[in-house]
Amino acid sequence: MSQQGYVAAPPYSQAQPGMGGYQGGFGTGPAQPLYGHYGGPPQAFTTPPAGMLKSPASSAAGMPPPPVSSQYSPNVQQNGAHPQRYPSPPAVYGQPTQSPYNSMASRGPPPSQQLTNEMSALNLGNYGPGPMQSPPPPISSVAHQPFQTPPPPAMGQPQMLPGSQSLNMSPQMSSSQSPQASMSMTSPQMPGPPMAGVGRPFPGPPPPGPGGFQQPGPPGYPQQAGQFGGHMAGPQPGMPGAFPGAPGSLAGPPQKKLDPDSIPSITQVIEDDQAKQGGQVLTTNIRGQVPPLVTTDFTVQDQGNASPRFIRCTTYCLPCTADLGKQCQVPLASIIKPFASLPKNETPLYVVSHGDTGPIRCNRCKAYMCPYMRFIDGGRRYQCGFCSCVNEVPVFYFQHLDHMGRRVDLYERPELSLGSYEFVATLDYCKNNKPPNPPAYIFMIDVSYNNIKSGLVKLICEELKTLLEKLPRYTQEDVGFVTYNKVLHFYNVKSALAQPQMMVVSDTAEMFVPLLDGFLVNYQDSRAVIYNLLDQIPDMFADTNESETIFAPVIQAGVEAFKAAECSGKLFIFHSSMPTAEAPGKLKNRDDKKLVNTEKEKILFQPQKGVYEQLSKDCVAQGCCVDLFLFPSQYVDLATMADVPSHTGGSIYKYSNFQVETDGEHFLRDLRKDVQKSIGFDAVMRVRTSTGFRATDFFGAIHMNNTTDIEMAAVDCDKAVTVEFKHDDTLNEENGAFLQCALLYTTINGQRRLRIHNLSLNCSSQLLELYKSCETDSLINFFAKSAYRAILNQPLKNVREILVNQTAHMLACYRKNCASPSAASQLILPDAMKVFPVYMNSLMKTAPMLGSTELSTDDRAHQRLSVMAMGVEDTQLLLYPRLLPLHNMDVSSDILPAPVRCSEERLTDCGMFLLENGHSMFLWLGQAIPPDLIQSIFNVPSLAHLQGDMCALPELDNVLSKKVRSIISGLLDKRPNSMKLQIVRQKDKPEMLFRQFLVEDKGLYSGASYMDFLCYVHREIRQLLT
Amino acid sequence: MATYQEFIQQNEDRDGVRFSWNFWPSSRLEATRLVVPVSCLFTPLKERPDLPPVQYEPVLCSRANCKAVLNPLCQVDFRAKIWACNFCFQRNPFPPSYAGISEVNQPAELMPQFSTIEYIVQHGPPTPLIFLYVVDTCLEEEDLQALKESLQMSLSLLPPNALVGLITFGRMVQVHELSCEGIAKSYVFRGTKDLSSKQIQEMLGLTNSAPLGQQGRPLVPQDAAAFCRFLQPVHRVDMNLTDLLGELQRDPWPVPQGKRPLRSTGVALSVAVGLLEGSFPNTGARVMLFIGGPPTQGPGMVVGDELKTPIRSWHDIQKDNARHLKKATKYYEALANRSAVNGHSIDIYACALDQSGLLEMKCLSTLTGGHIVMGDSFNTSLFKQTFQRVFSKDYNGDFRMAFGGVLEVKEMGVGGTNQWKVCSLTPSTTLGIYFEVVNQHNAPIPQGGRGAVQFVTQYQHSNTQRRIRVTTIARNWADAQTQIQHIESSFDQEAAAVLMARLGVFRAESEEGPDVLRWLDRQLIRLCQKFGQFNKDDPASFRLSESLSLYPQFMFHLRRSPFLQVFNNSPDESSYYRHHFVRQDLTQSLIMIQPILYSYSFHGPPEPVLLDSSSILPDRILLMDTFFQLVIYHGETISQWRKAGYQKMAEYENFKQLLQAPLDDAQELLHARFPMPRYIDTEHGGSQARFLLSKVNPSQTHNSLYTWGQETGSPILTDDVSLQVFMDHLKKLAVSSST
Repeated sequence: MSQQGYVAAPPYSQAQPGMGGYQGGFGTGPAQPLYGHYGGPPQAFTTPPAGMLKSPASSAAGMPPPPVSSQYSPNVQQNGAHPQRYPSPPAVYGQPTQSPYNSMASRGPPPSQQLTNEMSALNLGNYGPGPMQSPPPPISSVAHQPFQTPPPPAMGQPQMLPGSQSLNMSPQMSSSQSPQASMSMTSPQMPGPPMAGVGRPFPGPPPPGPGGFQQPGPPGYPQQAGQFGGHMAGPQPGMPGAFPGAPGSLAGPPQKKLDPDSIPSITQVIEDDQAKQGGQVLTTNIRGQVPPLVTTDFTVQDQGNASPRFIRCTTYCLPCTADLGKQCQVPLASIIKPFASLPKNETPLYVVSHGDTGPIRCNRCKAYMCPYMRFIDGGRRYQCGFCSCVNEVPVFYFQHLDHMGRRVDLYERPELSLGSYEFVATLDYCKNNKPPNPPAYIFMIDVSYNNIKSGLVKLICEELKTLLEKLPRYTQEDVGFVTYNKVLHFYNVKSALAQPQMMVVSDTAEMFVPLLDGFLVNYQDSRAVIYNLLDQIPDMFADTNESETIFAPVIQAGVEAFKAAECSGKLFIFHSSMPTAEAPGKLKNRDDKKLVNTEKEKILFQPQKGVYEQLSKDCVAQGCCVDLFLFPSQYVDLATMADVPSHTGGSIYKYSNFQVETDGEHFLRDLRKDVQKSIGFDAVMRVRTSTGFRATDFFGAIHMNNTTDIEMAAVDCDKAVTVEFKHDDTLNEENGAFLQCALLYTTINGQRRLRIHNLSLNCSSQLLELYKSCETDSLINFFAKSAYRAILNQPLKNVREILVNQTAHMLACYRKNCASPSAASQLILPDAMKVFPVYMNSLMKTAPMLGSTELSTDDRAHQRLSVMAMGVEDTQLLLYPRLLPLHNMDVSSDILPAPVRCSEERLTDCGMFLLENGHSMFLWLGQAIPPDLIQSIFNVPSLAHLQGDMCALPELDNVLSKKVRSIISGLLDKRPNSMKLQIVRQKDKPEMLFRQFLVEDKGLYSGASYMDFLCYVHREIRQLLT
Repeated sequence: MATYQEFIQQNEDRDGVRFSWNFWPSSRLEATRLVVPVSCLFTPLKERPDLPPVQYEPVLCSRANCKAVLNPLCQVDFRAKIWACNFCFQRNPFPPSYAGISEVNQPAELMPQFSTIEYIVQHGPPTPLIFLYVVDTCLEEEDLQALKESLQMSLSLLPPNALVGLITFGRMVQVHELSCEGIAKSYVFRGTKDLSSKQIQEMLGLTNSAPLGQQGRPLVPQDAAAFCRFLQPVHRVDMNLTDLLGELQRDPWPVPQGKRPLRSTGVALSVAVGLLEGSFPNTGARVMLFIGGPPTQGPGMVVGDELKTPIRSWHDIQKDNARHLKKATKYYEALANRSAVNGHSIDIYACALDQSGLLEMKCLSTLTGGHIVMGDSFNTSLFKQTFQRVFSKDYNGDFRMAFGGVLEVKEMGVGGTNQWKVCSLTPSTTLGIYFEVVNQHNAPIPQGGRGAVQFVTQYQHSNTQRRIRVTTIARNWADAQTQIQHIESSFDQEAAAVLMARLGVFRAESEEGPDVLRWLDRQLIRLCQKFGQFNKDDPASFRLSESLSLYPQFMFHLRRSPFLQVFNNSPDESSYYRHHFVRQDLTQSLIMIQPILYSYSFHGPPEPVLLDSSSILPDRILLMDTFFQLVIYHGETISQWRKAGYQKMAEYENFKQLLQAPLDDAQELLHARFPMPRYIDTEHGGSQARFLLSKVNPSQTHNSLYTWGQETGSPILTDDVSLQVFMDHLKKLAVSSST
């Protein structure tokens, strides 16, 4: 992280000068303020800023490397010696403080020699913070950073600013290796002077883009480089040589226009992180450890902190004081996905039983036994890590302590050694002190005219036959069926019956369940009757002309059914239209495009109060989760209809203008995925924190009855809750900060369990540490959710302004407090946040945030609600879609082609690209695409022969076709939702749909391009700074 | 000249009418002085095998507020083809179709023997009969099975074109759709929610396609069938329904310990009424309710589901402790009224050991002409045979039931028209009609004039024809001052007893028991004072004429009857008895007031004996018929013989025959009776002997020492007064000058 990319505000023009600037910059000691301790070096660095700009990539790149190297060495040494010593800043970030966990080791490595080892750790360890954040950005930044940070006191040489990555607008872009190389070159020069001796002094420390550059010097660096991806590699080797060249090149290239390649690239960041940390094992024994990106493949070994699959944070280093937090305006939040699925090679959670008395908990704060409890007094008592209360150890739990003061059975007890585990809950944790019944699944099918006509009902009935087989075994024991239009039809499918029996309930005002025995049945026992029913349903309603539907009573019926059966469960509702029949929850069309872009636009997002509000409460109280599959042909007031699902941990699926031929498979994939998700029911989650801060706000598909208990009728493996924290008091650097998330729930087979996730964070009074430990993906998840909530109450315009302001503020604060002084025209971004603006810009261009009358109100509401329950992976992908070039990939390789940036510039006329964001998937075909490509994929001679609405590729027996299809199916498997494959031809009308996902470009309906946004933000920052 | 006895009998046979007085007092004042009001028992649909209906419409008086039907009492001017209405004296021309009439060519309605005549009218298409079964499923398995069988059996008794429907209920109410193939469908209603008729029809989906109902025009049956999925012709859904009934399960909702099953009778009825109201207004329909216990939830709840709270008793009611009584009664009355308006009748078949809420629900039947049958279990021959008898057929093979009856009474000199709706009629349905003489005392009707009454009964015959039966009666007016003896001798004491009893029962419904008895006593005393011959203050001198001689005895037994006495009867039982009492014909009513006792012995053929404890002798077999019960009582000796098994010995064949005789007679009674009486075979000292002992006149009791030890009967252990004591008091009071 120390990297700073310098981006000249007026970038374009200045670029060249920048170059020069760098050098200068290096000279100056920007970091000084912060790193004062470090001494001289910093100063040197500082200077650079000013001019740099110029052609981004090159210049930037160039500069950093050198410094890095220099820094490294210093660091290294330091590390070796006393990590802490280090520049205070670095220390803060990472390792220093962590003392306990961090284990010297981690740090150790970073130090000079073991660069290699550190690879992964490096980041953490050394610059700790720096690395994590991905130095990538502007190489140039790297250079700068070093300057700024220069800290390496020991060295005396310039250190990089750890946290920050600054970009030259252009510089960084790692995209093209060569350029970078050159960049790096340049940088070296700059640093050169100072660091020279070290070689990579600067680069090293600040992960800065330098990563690449640095590598050469410090072993650790290479990894960083990894983040940058190819670049790194390239540069490194070249480094030395490059440097020299670089400058030149920089100078040369200086162009008038900012090169898009020079601004921070998400694909690059992802690639780099994957290269650096991909395939590695992440051992969670370090406090405040910043995990790899969500896009990176890695394996987690739980050693005392919850896996990042369960919890991710916006920053892994909390500011010690509320003031500090306010100053930087970086939100403190965790994104908790308590049921996240784990890859096969990671150990599933252990289940712990503490016997009849239930899990051992702190007497005062009720935190559950966990690795943060400190055993004292010979093991007879323990001190709670959260509230410091000293508790007696129950007799049965007593264990002696070893010479380290650790319990002898530490490694035999998951609750003492792991970050995540489960407790068996006793009756005290059950409703009415009775063990729960296994959850039930009820399928509720709208059989009104629309659904019959579209063939949906038939499709569902057919599918259910096989779907039921796939249900988790326990839920097969309680399945029920309801159909409805403006009345409800319950079915008695008791195994003893020859024929199912239908019971019609038309009293929609006061819903009730007309039967008990025979409604919820064991699928295996009643299979014959159920098949009979599923065969008959489509015929029974074949002649229906009932087009009115009800909705709230349908959910109510489900709740009543669960009530009667005394169980929790899930409703699968397949619904077509706005419920206009006379019944509770009747809705009217309130879609009013005139409200768009007015103060009242928020009304469109607000659910109708009353019936649905109460219904949500009822559902949650009963543990009734509602999954809504909508098949609308027009406005249905989704904001209201989805209110219950979005408060009960349910999912909302929407298939507009559903047609069996084109959307059937898509829908069925969703349905199959949905029923097979691992899930817990009737859940209550509580997030406890150590003293000094606490959870204050919660976002997700949840219901809050009070300010602390997060209630969820159900929570599945894709549902995440974002929790915001606020300071209560001052945090202590030495003690760090702890979170414990406890989820009480009922398993699919009816056991009551407590799932515990623990996480330890660092604290620092240095902002730099904070910035180094930030995670952009988590930040954006938080911002997306809070913005999406804010639009319920404020005009979009305000929300957008707030977002931009906060973005600017966060960055300005960094610039002001952490970055080395530089010309105001330079844009300096913290390394860990260097792609933050891309995401932020993308977020502001999402449908809910755009006041455009072209967008369907329902779609906007849908996206708004979907995002509220998303985890970090999902928001990341949603806000920055994958764009894969398929025309030139290596068909023999198993690896996915490297994604390219989401910009039209990256498309080529003769290319074929696959774009997906977790919700939509497009196959884009260039105009000039070679016919043989078309032939092998579609089996038609040319583009012109292609049929309009194809939703799946033909199965052809050639390598390309197979490869493409396997890529697609691989992606479909991976995402929580299925996606409908849409094939668009360049310049065809549907291409518009596709274009809106090219998030770096100017928005289709409005919204700035990435470049413009960056400039805008920069302008804001400058204003803030002055 | 025939005796009054013969005259009365003949009138009853021909017109089904019995008047309390066959001479009518000529003024209001006189009428009130007669104590027993001028009134009659009228059996509108008395079976008249000898009366062929005529196939044309009746001719009506043209005066708007008269509309009396042409009858034998009208004066006819054959030449002018004009007839004079004998009620309003309007002169009416005959309609064109009567052009051919003359003295020798008279239409039937002018012939004296057709004082009762029946017209078949063609008003639109015939409407099918409708039977809607409303079945409680909170029954014991055995009971439910028996009931299902009875219901299945009943399907074969219905005419093929009759519409049937099925509603079952327990905690929920289910209306079964009968038209469907494949999946059995039913509409379910919450048992606790009172719904309006409109809501019910909406919920059943009947509103969209319901163009009927206006002007009460009945539907064409084909349309109707297509239109209402819940009521289908028997021939079409026979199999379906049989299967459906076969699969009927007990209410599946668990009944916790210490609770009654939740039974939503109120809502079930409301749905039934709403369904018929919406689909077949003004069409003959029967709702047949089968219940195995009291309504325990929702509107119409009679008792809560807590077993520890017993159902209301008379004691509770008198103490005003019956929480649900008023509300429930009101609820069922409202339903009954709605049902009556639409011409639908409601039967209640209640089979349970405990009470099932008949007290609250009886209005459903009484106001709509429905049956009430009460038994211990559906698995008894009492229920099974009674139910079967509902569908009994007459000599023409038609059901003995009629629907949608409207009775109109037109009375000479009154000019007013009174109408009553009697939704369902059977040939034995007998109404008590009380008249008021409106003439003022100072403007008496001319001597020798005749008063006339015309009963016009419109109804839907069970063969779906619309019919009108017209009975026109005339009686002489008499001046009560001068012709009191005529009036006295025209007294029909049997009819009078029944009519007075009905008044008494009517009062008993709303008044305290003792008040009713006092009123009845006062009426009796006044009657005796009016018509008895005596010397003041000399009880011994008291005499009553033959035409009144039995009347006091009827009153004595009436006082002891379950119609007025609630002791030892539950409110349900009282309701049940009273319900039947007010609708049976005179003969049956009299049996109810004063049961008949036959004695069988070796001394001679069976003979009726006094309903008196003195008739209970050791060597007799007694057969008592109280209408509701048939008791065969074996005297002490007979009983011992029977136990000894003499009847099985060839040499005692005669004893065997003696034992058999009352059984045969009882069988005969059983066959004719509706509802089936409870059949009791008991003996001296048997516990069931109480049925007999409670009825007989306690002429010998443990108190009457003078007969103690005599072999002339059995003393009854009671504090009730005997007939003798009663008569003594009556005489004393009648002759007393102080009253």
